[in-house]
Amino acid sequence: MPYFRMAKLALKWAVRQPATHRYPFEPRQAIPLSRGTLVFARDKCVCCTVCRKKCPTGAIGVNRTQKKWAIDRLRCISCGYCVEVCPKGALSLSTAHGIPTVTKDQEIYKVETPTAPKPTVAPKPVAAVAPAANVPST
Amino acid sequence: MSDEQTYLSLPPDALLAKVRELREQGWRLVQIGATPLGETIELNYSFDRAGKFLNLRLTLPSATAHVPSVSSIYWCAFIYENEMHDLFRVQVEGIAVDYKGKFYKTTVPYPFSTRGQTAGVTPSGAVVAATPAASVSAPAAQNAPVGVGGHRPPLQKTAAPAAAISDRRSEPSAPSTAAPAPGA
Amino acid sequence: MARTIIPFGPQHAVLPEPIMLDLVLEDEKVVEAIPSLGFVHRGLEKLVEKKDFQEFVYVAERICGICSFIHGQTYCQAIEEIMQIPVPPRALYLRTIWGELSRLHSHLLWLGLLADAFGFESLFMHSWRVREKVVKIIEATTGGRVIFGSCKVGGVRRDIDAATLQTILQEIAVIEKDMHEIVDIFLEDSSVKQRLCGVGVLSKDDAYALGCVGPMLRASGVAQDMRQLGYAAFRDLPLEPITRPEGDSFARCYVRCQELFQSANIIRQAVARMPEGEIAVKVTGNPNGEYTARTEQPRGEVVYYVKANGTKNLQRFRVRTPTFANLPALVKLLQGCNLADVPILVLTIDPCISCTER
Repeated sequence: MPYFRMAKLALKWAVRQPATHRYPFEPRQAIPLSRGTLVFARDKCVCCTVCRKKCPTGAIGVNRTQKKWAIDRLRCISCGYCVEVCPKGALSLSTAHGIPTVTKDQEIYKVETPTAPKPTVAPKPVAAVAPAANVPST
Repeated sequence: MSDEQTYLSLPPDALLAKVRELREQGWRLVQIGATPLGETIELNYSFDRAGKFLNLRLTLPSATAHVPSVSSIYWCAFIYENEMHDLFRVQVEGIAVDYKGKFYKTTVPYPFSTRGQTAGVTPSGAVVAATPAASVSAPAAQNAPVGVGGHRPPLQKTAAPAAAISDRRSEPSAPSTAAPAPGA
Repeated sequence: MARTIIPFGPQHAVLPEPIMLDLVLEDEKVVEAIPSLGFVHRGLEKLVEKKDFQEFVYVAERICGICSFIHGQTYCQAIEEIMQIPVPPRALYLRTIWGELSRLHSHLLWLGLLADAFGFESLFMHSWRVREKVVKIIEATTGGRVIFGSCKVGGVRRDIDAATLQTILQEIAVIEKDMHEIVDIFLEDSSVKQRLCGVGVLSKDDAYALGCVGPMLRASGVAQDMRQLGYAAFRDLPLEPITRPEGDSFARCYVRCQELFQSANIIRQAVARMPEGEIAVKVTGNPNGEYTARTEQPRGEVVYYVKANGTKNLQRFRVRTPTFANLPALVKLLQGCNLADVPILVLTIDPCISCTER
């Protein structure tokens, strides 16, 4: 009987918990694959500039000589193309939303590839042989 | 997906008769489009009937392109013809609902008629010079096969930081030992 | 009788996007309606000169927010036909599933807007509550709620694994139950029927001659659906277009409501027959040639004409979206209607003005 259908629906939802979330008092439940903001791992980057070439909006800038990597957050569309092409896995998309800004700045990172530890001169083993090398010749 | 798509070339004076014939055979007008090709402009009149797709193709000189309107046969053609006129400078005679150039109120008249920036006078009186389509710019000439440098416009608002960061000239395409020192 | 001209739009409470209609009225009857476009014109067709053909998928997707996935899919199809790229079957099925999810969310959005147009706000809220579930599925599989970013030339960018496919099936079952609740109200409530029945009647011949597409055409009795062309997975999944003979606003509402259930069925069938395999093939070289790809968007037939000349930038890219084709029908329908019916008539063509104006 097609009467009071809407009334039933409205009453049902009047007594239930609302379908909306009380954001920002309740944090939003992040959905795992959601494309949020780009995260840059500065220790993995080798400044190959492939991400800059593939970025469709030109949001990424790379300076090889100064080893700097920059992103213009307002231009980034979170498409994930740079994440796919980065050969070292230095880029990833987190599920967090971008932070609101009031200026159009670039975020600039100094790329710090951790250098391999320099091979130190091993101390000569203390032996019966006098360490002739270290004795300054007179 | 492969559906039947046929292309028929026609001279402009045979257009109205052919369109009338298609209307009688029960074809539906799908779209009317224009493709500017430098010296000439190609007009495509597309029709569909039961999944079959038929295109009438007219090739006209760009500077003096004019065609009769088919809106007396298919009334709905008026929006396509107004768009063709406003964006591509194709003069269409006798459109059923004629906006006389005000269908799309663009600041530059006939913006799509050439590649690159079109020349013209904006309604406020400013003169806009034509610039050719963006080509690969000189500093990135070493990268010409990759074709990276020219076609992405630099960030206008933050031009200074972008130029500082994105140092395209010092990018040898080969490993750095062989290339000469990056030009200053 | 004196005539008044009232501007409807570009800002109006019922319009999802700006379109300007100058309504010429005699008392309360609309004598003529003159549409004006250009408020969201972004000149996207000219952007092919700057972006290469693989990057352009991002631009094609962003022509519209509501029907974005099928724009991207049609563009990829056009390029793939020109370059004769064999897209793997799994990618075709995934594209179909996302396309039908896109249709579900678009129709639910439209149902809400239609209810809002005649003042039934609680039904509007409930339609969007159900739509939220669909959008959550889309976000869980593609990463974005509105812009999917999943299509690329040669296939798709992401895969959906078997466990997620089963979750989608369970969610669709719940969504279908909710949809039944809402659709029953739309189709049987007497206040809805009073506002929709007999309003804006478009005869079969008129609809065909005016170049209407999509649910507008099908609600006037013409059984034409571009999915019958057999693109993507539709070559394996047969489809009957849903039609109604009356041609009024209620018929259009009915067609879209039934298409909701048809899409849910297609998703179920596609998941059941999902082939294994890879999701994309590598694309090398540049396209050379021309092709017109036609697919069925939620609003009707979209036509993508692509012309390439061997370089990495296309020579011409032309989109003819379904709302553009339905605009002359809107102008015809508005002649002779009542002023109070104008919002309903504007919404029955399902206007997507950002599509129309690219």
